[in-house]
Amino acid sequence: MALIEIRAVSREFPGRGRKAPAIHALDGVDLEIESGEIVGIVGYSGAGKSTLLRLINALDRPTSGTVTVDGSVVSALTERQLLPVRAEIGMIFQQFNLLSSRTVWGNIAYPLQVAGVPKSEHQRRISDLLHFVGLADKAHAWPNELSGGQKQRVGIARALATNPKILLADEPTSALDPQTTDEVLALLRRVNEEFGITIVLITHEMEVVRTLAHRVAVMEKGRIVETGPVFDLFANPQHEATRRFVSTLVEQGPPERTRERLRERHEGRFVTLSLRDESVTPSDVFAQLIDRGVRFELIHGGVEDVNGRTFGHLTLALTGDPARVDEAITAVSGMVETTEVP
Amino acid sequence: MDRLSELQDFYWQATFETLYMVLGALLLGGVCGLLLGLLLYVTRTGGIKSNRVVSVLSNVVVNTFRPIPFIILIAAAQPLARAVTGTGIGNKPAIFVMAIAATFGIARIVEQNLLTVDPGVLQAARAMGASRTRIIFTVLLPEALGPLILGYTFAVVALVDMSAVAGVVGGGGLGNFAIVYGYRQFDTVVTWAAVLMIIVIVQVTQFCGNALARKVLRR
Repeated sequence: MALIEIRAVSREFPGRGRKAPAIHALDGVDLEIESGEIVGIVGYSGAGKSTLLRLINALDRPTSGTVTVDGSVVSALTERQLLPVRAEIGMIFQQFNLLSSRTVWGNIAYPLQVAGVPKSEHQRRISDLLHFVGLADKAHAWPNELSGGQKQRVGIARALATNPKILLADEPTSALDPQTTDEVLALLRRVNEEFGITIVLITHEMEVVRTLAHRVAVMEKGRIVETGPVFDLFANPQHEATRRFVSTLVEQGPPERTRERLRERHEGRFVTLSLRDESVTPSDVFAQLIDRGVRFELIHGGVEDVNGRTFGHLTLALTGDPARVDEAITAVSGMVETTEVP
Repeated sequence: MDRLSELQDFYWQATFETLYMVLGALLLGGVCGLLLGLLLYVTRTGGIKSNRVVSVLSNVVVNTFRPIPFIILIAAAQPLARAVTGTGIGNKPAIFVMAIAATFGIARIVEQNLLTVDPGVLQAARAMGASRTRIIFTVLLPEALGPLILGYTFAVVALVDMSAVAGVVGGGGLGNFAIVYGYRQFDTVVTWAAVLMIIVIVQVTQFCGNALARKVLRR
């Protein structure tokens, strides 16, 4: 049995105004999350990803369907019955949501107080957590004295205080600059690797998914339209929405408006090589071209590391004897997916 | 000026009575206003414990009592004050009616200040497994403490204003002193002496309130 099981879940919100139709925030969603996984839920705003996340710790309830966490059907529990369950599920937020009336120490102590952890154990637990997130020197600082990245690290320490099994991350890096984002993502990876905590992450940034997630679920209009291991989704996106998201990071060949400009500056035939398989590297391909005396120039694209594997699209301009170029394209097509750019 | 030194004892007594009435009404009205304000806040649509019936009812009650001018309220509520405090004349019924007026005023101030608390923080506490009651006392009120202190300071100043009307039911205080010994005896110096003391009380109150709020808000 999976750690989190979301079955046929729908969530309707009443429309604004009396006669307005209900809004289907979620529409028949199924998702299973195994213990120890990092699952990224990707979608544009309004796709329903926030609603989905909030069902897991029952901050919100489904209109129909069930949500099971670690064997208990959280969607059917009363608010009171949920209190101990929630200690097992940490949560971090885009806007950090720290208590401004408490210091860093007080913020991390709060969930311990709520869970009834004896005060004698607070000291050790909190200082361990502060060391883990690298803020040992900020214990007595107030939240308004911290930078965004530091606030999120306090948020992470606070979410981990009660040793949860699951960490829900609601756009955890969307309010941070790129460098701080990397630091926070690295910290979340350690949370997963060192403590084995399952992370469910929602984001609209493919970069976050690429660096952190093992598996992705792509959402659109309240449904999960595609799900799978991150590399597969990047390498071989099936749904239009997934393709759009992947292209925000790696474009599958030059888009139309770029092609014209490329034509002005480069001669020859344009081909896009899609690298998805470790067995063929760009240098293997280039060797084929060199062997046939075909000159090539890299004019568009790039490669990315996804879960330790290389993936990307490279567009080359090939020049030389037309017959040789033809032959080279045929040879290359046998090695990697090759698309001629019109 | 000579008359003022003759009236010195009455002057200090009036000052003391004003402070007594204000503090008494603040204590009673402050607690009741806090509770009523919390009720208004939590029962709102989308609130922590939204309840349409209670929300509409408590709003109607607050909106009914709040616009009544204090001088009319103190006269109209005299029978009730007599029933509760045992007497219709003096400082006690004045405190009672001031506390009623303060309750409704403070309730609105409390409600408004609680609304400034970021709902995200309340949600975070809920996600940690905190119960509603715990959230109210350990998150909501501490997060709103700075603005609440300023709100209560505002209420104290309003109570000093109300206390000046206490003379209507035979209460003492600086307002009564100014009317009886100043206005009615055409002694402007005495009237202004009372005004001066009221100004001092208000200035000191506001200064303390601001300082305390600044300390709580750490800015």
